[in-house]
Amino acid sequence: MTEKIIIAGFGGQGVMSLGQMIAYSGMTEGREVSWLPSYGPEMRGGTANCQVIVSDEPIAAPIISEADTVIAMNLPSLDKFEPRVKKGGNLFINSSLIERKANRDDINVHYIKANETAVELGNSKVAGMVVMGAYIKTTNVVKAETIIESLKKVLGEKKLDLIPINEKAVEEGSRQV
Amino acid sequence: MAKQLMKGNEAIAEAAIQAGCRHFFGYPITPQNQIPEYMSRRMPQVSGCFLQAESEIAAINMVYGAAGAGARVMTSSSSPGIALKQEGISYIAGARLPAVIVNIVRGGPGLGGIQPAQSDYFQSTRGGGHGDYRTLVLAPASVQEAVELTQEAFDLADIYRIPVIVLGDGMIGQMMEPVEFGKYKKREVPDKEWASTGTEGKRKPNIINSLFIDPDDLEKENIKLMNTYEEIAKNETRAEITNAEDCEILIVAYGTTARIVKNVIKIGEKNGVKIGLIRPITLWPFPSETIAKYASQSSVNSVFSVELSTGQMVDDVKIAVNGVKPVYFYGRTGGVVPLPEEIYENVIKKTGGAK
Repeated sequence: MTEKIIIAGFGGQGVMSLGQMIAYSGMTEGREVSWLPSYGPEMRGGTANCQVIVSDEPIAAPIISEADTVIAMNLPSLDKFEPRVKKGGNLFINSSLIERKANRDDINVHYIKANETAVELGNSKVAGMVVMGAYIKTTNVVKAETIIESLKKVLGEKKLDLIPINEKAVEEGSRQV
Repeated sequence: MAKQLMKGNEAIAEAAIQAGCRHFFGYPITPQNQIPEYMSRRMPQVSGCFLQAESEIAAINMVYGAAGAGARVMTSSSSPGIALKQEGISYIAGARLPAVIVNIVRGGPGLGGIQPAQSDYFQSTRGGGHGDYRTLVLAPASVQEAVELTQEAFDLADIYRIPVIVLGDGMIGQMMEPVEFGKYKKREVPDKEWASTGTEGKRKPNIINSLFIDPDDLEKENIKLMNTYEEIAKNETRAEITNAEDCEILIVAYGTTARIVKNVIKIGEKNGVKIGLIRPITLWPFPSETIAKYASQSSVNSVFSVELSTGQMVDDVKIAVNGVKPVYFYGRTGGVVPLPEEIYENVIKKTGGAK
């Protein structure tokens, strides 16, 4: 099994953290992982992406030519990375912020109302976790429990009160696919 | 110890701490800022010294001072910053002091950009500063290897009393991979009897110096250095060999580029072309003999150097191959990282593929 994922969006949407959580969870479940960020002067509002590989084998190049999955959190990311999804792969589109539909018909497209769902749950910051829920339900790359465990590490003890809403976000997201 | 998911830069910094580095002097520059950031947090916990100097030149001269006093000391920077440090590195080499210098390379020349590059190959392997000296150059290809080579860099510096460069690129500095500490087996290092630590009235002072006015004295110093370099070349030259036995096309690539080439090998397998890879782990000393050996196999029709530059290591590959086989180059530069498919196409275009 090798899963190559590109996650892209505005800086501040948490795309780097989503990727790190997948990588961390993959490592916890005994897989080989790599996480490669775009880096530069991007800040909140700029564009950001990361490339994550989870595999049963040692990972050669950490860069991804053809992705098994692309998660596009905003329109520029969809425009840029839609062509990089391999045939038969998965494309997750944050339909709260992206009005257009996918151009391709040789891939599996999932429209996730990430921001709307997050706001309904009471915290707009969990939009990424809604997509995460949809992603892991679809691909089973890592278990939802492992993701929540890794989130606990990321958040630290002081913010453990945020775990329930994140769990809900993952659950809501899994219902949208 | 359990695996941790770490950025290359952070892992290098932690590796230095675990190797006993207690002095770090630096000045910020992308894409290596996580090294000083990590050091600023971690050094106080181990009663070490983290200092952000007023400039790169100040930082490298602080390294010179600490090394002269026998401390395990490191600095880190990226390409233009390393260029500024070259005078100090030459002095450290001239005074025969151990120090570790990390260069997380970005595109140049000038201020260039901040994306990954391998355009400091000449700077690293040809001395970089003035005078007849070399630095041992270690080029990790994974975060785990960056940890082990950083730890070994301190031992190598102490054993041979030379500055050692850990040469990464923006990709290895920024990417996260699982790492395990404690895998590196410490090497035996000599006592630093030469260090300037105070005589307590019991011995003659040790003098740290790179000035030798008398040509005969200076020549002697240069010969000492030359002998050290010959010993290093004999003992420490290292390369990783993948799929090179009976290959048709032999690619030489280092660092993260070598990992991309590993995907190129797989594309070759699908297309019935046997591609081999030699990955120099030490860029200086360069694994010329290994390259010559595999290049001379009758199965090999051509040799390629693939780099994130306009062609620097290719010179050393040509020297190693010595005209026995044609040597070609493919590279992207300025921070552009080629995809495996692109490398494969260009290699096939040049070589005509398999025989």
